[in-house]
Amino acid sequence: MRSLLKYLGAYKKECVLAPLFKMLEAIFELFVPFVVADIIDRGIGGRDSGAVISGAVLMIVLGIVGLLSAVTAQYFAAKAATGFSTALRHDLFAHIMSLSHKEIDGLSSSTMITRMTSDVNQAQTGVNMFLRLFLRSPFIVFGAMIMAFTIDVPSAMLFVLLIAVLFAVVAFIMRLNIPMLKAVQQKLDRLTLLTRENLTGSRVIRAFCLEGSEEKGFREDNQAYIGAQLRSGRISALLNPLTYVIVNLAIIILIDTGAVRVQAGALTPGKVVALYNYMSQILVELVKFANLILTINKALASGNRIADVFKVQSSLTDQGTDLSLTTCREDALDKKESPAVSFEGVSFRYHENGDYALSDLSFSAAPGETVGIIGGTGSGKSTIVNLIPRFYDASEGTVRVFGQDVKDISLSSLRGEIGLVPQKAVLFQGTIADNLRWGNENAGDAELMEAVRLAAAEEVVEQKGGLTGPVSQGGTNFSGGQKQRLTIARALVRKPRILIFDDSSSALDYLTDLKLRQNLRKLDYAPTVFMISQRTATIKNADQILVMDDGELAGAGTHEELMRTCPVYREIHESQGEHEG
Amino acid sequence: MKDKATFKRILEYLKPYRSLIAASMLCAVISVAMSLYVPILIGEAIDHIVYGGVDLKAVRAVLLKTLFAALLVGVSQWCMNLLNNRVAYFTVQDIRNDMFHKLLRLPFRFLDSHAHGVLVSQMIADVDQFSDGLIMGFTQLFTGLLTILGTLVFMFRMNARITFIVLLVTPLSLFVARFVSKRTFSMFTRQSEIRGDQTAVIHEMLQNIKVVKAFGYEERAKARFDGINEELREASLKAIFYSSLTNPATRFVNAVMYALVALFGALTVLNGSMTVGVLTCFLSYANQYTKPFNEITGVITEFQNALACAARVFALIDEETEVPDDDLPALSEVQGHVALSNVSFSYTPARKLIEHLNIRVEPGQRVAIVGPTGSGKTTIINLLMRFYDVDAGQITVDARDIREVTRQSLRSAYGMVLQETWLRSGTVADNIRLGKPSASREEIIAAAKETHAHSFIRRMEKGYDTEISEDGGELSQGQKQLLCITRIMLSLPPMLILDEATSSIDTRTELRIQNAFQKLMQGRTSFIVAHRLSTIRNADTILVMRDGSVVEQGSHEELLRKAGFYAELYRSQYEQDAGSS
Repeated sequence: MRSLLKYLGAYKKECVLAPLFKMLEAIFELFVPFVVADIIDRGIGGRDSGAVISGAVLMIVLGIVGLLSAVTAQYFAAKAATGFSTALRHDLFAHIMSLSHKEIDGLSSSTMITRMTSDVNQAQTGVNMFLRLFLRSPFIVFGAMIMAFTIDVPSAMLFVLLIAVLFAVVAFIMRLNIPMLKAVQQKLDRLTLLTRENLTGSRVIRAFCLEGSEEKGFREDNQAYIGAQLRSGRISALLNPLTYVIVNLAIIILIDTGAVRVQAGALTPGKVVALYNYMSQILVELVKFANLILTINKALASGNRIADVFKVQSSLTDQGTDLSLTTCREDALDKKESPAVSFEGVSFRYHENGDYALSDLSFSAAPGETVGIIGGTGSGKSTIVNLIPRFYDASEGTVRVFGQDVKDISLSSLRGEIGLVPQKAVLFQGTIADNLRWGNENAGDAELMEAVRLAAAEEVVEQKGGLTGPVSQGGTNFSGGQKQRLTIARALVRKPRILIFDDSSSALDYLTDLKLRQNLRKLDYAPTVFMISQRTATIKNADQILVMDDGELAGAGTHEELMRTCPVYREIHESQGEHEG
Repeated sequence: MKDKATFKRILEYLKPYRSLIAASMLCAVISVAMSLYVPILIGEAIDHIVYGGVDLKAVRAVLLKTLFAALLVGVSQWCMNLLNNRVAYFTVQDIRNDMFHKLLRLPFRFLDSHAHGVLVSQMIADVDQFSDGLIMGFTQLFTGLLTILGTLVFMFRMNARITFIVLLVTPLSLFVARFVSKRTFSMFTRQSEIRGDQTAVIHEMLQNIKVVKAFGYEERAKARFDGINEELREASLKAIFYSSLTNPATRFVNAVMYALVALFGALTVLNGSMTVGVLTCFLSYANQYTKPFNEITGVITEFQNALACAARVFALIDEETEVPDDDLPALSEVQGHVALSNVSFSYTPARKLIEHLNIRVEPGQRVAIVGPTGSGKTTIINLLMRFYDVDAGQITVDARDIREVTRQSLRSAYGMVLQETWLRSGTVADNIRLGKPSASREEIIAAAKETHAHSFIRRMEKGYDTEISEDGGELSQGQKQLLCITRIMLSLPPMLILDEATSSIDTRTELRIQNAFQKLMQGRTSFIVAHRLSTIRNADTILVMRDGSVVEQGSHEELLRKAGFYAELYRSQYEQDAGSS
């Protein structure tokens, strides 16, 4: 949490002024019982109605000054708190964006979303309340005590005792309750999970007629949740009544001893009334103070969770590499010998100590070549294409693009020349054109339409209202195949030098798939194409096919060569029922 | 009007707990009356100090009464808190159970057209908001009103003139609070709108962060985010600042009232028509008098919000369910005659999908459904399973209209494997057992062996007892599909529906489980949706779909001879075969 305090740095002035004005307000409030005591002793005791009137006027003046200070304080606190959260959110978003795939794999996106939304909000509330109350409440509580000392020292000792007891009680109840609240939250999370699960799995659940058992399960978990809530509620229900009784007990003692001391002539009746008023003030403030502690506790927990995200650092460094890929490519073209992509003894594992997802892979692809990659589930196909745009760094060996080690090329220029069509087709909220311009911010409508045509997506665009047709969040207004075609167009808009299809044509029917492949062959900028597929039909015409098996290269060559030499490939091909002939 | 109906519904939910509510109200009355009585007693005690020398005995007698009164307040407050918790939590439990019950019975027309996130938030956040705002709010409102009324009554009995002054200031307090809450309502709405927009961007960007990085969209994402972030800062500052004015403003009104009571009270004491004790009592009342106003205004804002939440919750509970089928006979001993006669169906009336469709399937026949994306293949499955009802025509199983038997019996006659696999949080064994909860471990393992899922399950951390997270996070798509197939292998229903059931399983594995599939389909009417023509070739009947209607129907050979749409589809896959051989 401490590391987050720097976001208040720009608001030092506000952070000092807000509590300061709040304290001023408290001071004015603390004067009130004093004035009342004066009215009683001097006004009533001395039968002086002038003293009564001036006392009342003074009280109103104190109220006005108090109001002005409070308004000032609230403004500064709100300004600092919202400024804090805005800066924090900005940095957090930028930080998450800077993480590499490796770190992203270790973080769940729903957790990140919670950090960015509710945790930041919680921290903002914490800052706001802290600035507003952290001086006020203790000040009133202790201020009342100090005022009591100025009135009567023996009675003031009672204040000390009272405050100590109240603190102990509040601390005890909170200590008991906080773990219980955690349990409540966990059980509520379980209900959320069940609800979500039942929505996503509604077809399966109804197909298996599981409605009854699902409902029973939910009822049980719901019961457990309510049970936890009741348990926690039993404790927190004690707070207010207990403090009320304790404060009133103190008041009773105060008046009792006060009576004795008035009798002895050591105290005036007005002062007893003042002491009584101070004690009542403590009760009101204490409840606020307890709530403040709870809010700050929550804010601290949120702050720590956010700080944890900041602790995760990107493992990919892009420092001191301003080498652009264009330069490399031009160099390579001059030499006329560099392959577009080459792997030299590349091994990779996702986790240290984990199994190798790729071991000792070497191959090279010439500019304009089409490379097919095929293999079973988990054979390392996707890993290969993840290393080319440097989503991950190779554990061993070197990945080169146009002759240059990818680690020496600036990330933005490397990725800027690669077009990727991911396995899962994702579109973003906005228009179709917005989505296509992910590939190239500056592309004109004609360029967009050209890419759309190449990706065989013309009818999709037409059907959905042209380039300005709306895309809803997650692209839910498009079918899987439609989304796929648009994501292909999106990659083509960039006119990439390297084009990667990560098993992305699986949602396309054969006709579309075929048309797409024919179009790709005609591209004038002749990209090097990597095409991952489960189907041999898709990659059969590739210049080179890599056959992956359990992270190792089981064969490489053209379709015909592999059919002759590679049993794994032959098996895959035949399993798809495609016999030569 | 709508609010009224919502309110009525809330009362219905509260009905079972009316004795608890009555008890809670009783506690509230006792607690309020006693807490108002305490200052009177203390005033009396002070009078015994002020007038005619200190009468210790009288002071102590009054203080003893005060002690009892304070204890009574404590106990009744605690009881009230406990009772309120019960009412609130039990109602919430009932509502959530009802909602979940509804979720399991909502028609797919509803489920498919509503974002799941929204439904989850209704189930969790809205219900919480409802319970916090309405039930807790209601009790606060009740005690608040009671306190105000009680204070006025007590004050009137002590001194009518001063009470009149209090009554004069009261509207000012109400006015200030209302003014602030009214002005801030729109600010909060604005804040939550912007927050919603921001959350949507966070959702999209973080969930698809790999795509963002692949396209080097980070900077553009940050720019978009920052734009909204700035807007949010401004809106939040306004909302937080203006809403935080409520407390200082009402505190000021309170201070004015306090001063006025002190002024007129002291003057009255000087007249001799009131005692100092009564004055302190008045002051103590004045101190607490505006507090309930504060709370009530807070509650009213919450109330509106909560009422809106409750309305959404009830709207879901009132949503139409699938037509009840309790009195219908069950479908039993299914032979496997399936017929669609003159079926028409569309998801939206504006876009016709299936029209006058006729299909006849004999027991044990294997029916393959092929066609381009969006041609209506999955729709047929929706209709067969009665996830949707036909608009016209009828579907029969063994010559019985499927609308005249229970859904449960119809659905359990089919074994369904969908392309979109669904696994639930729980163990691997739990997931396989879904269709046959009584299955023994041996049966589960036998089924897994047949689908070749056994080998990868065995390699998992705890084998069949490995916990998998929501939607099988750590499993590959192919492994998930194998588990879903194993479910069917275990439950062995009389008919099968396979929608791209093996699309993510690599073809070698698929080949290995073919035997199991063949065995499974033996003698079972099966509907198979697939892209792979090899899977389709062995079907007895192929339905070729295009734009919602069956354009061709027949065996593989017949269709090829026909040289129609199917032949074109088929050739597109093998065209390259022909070219290369």
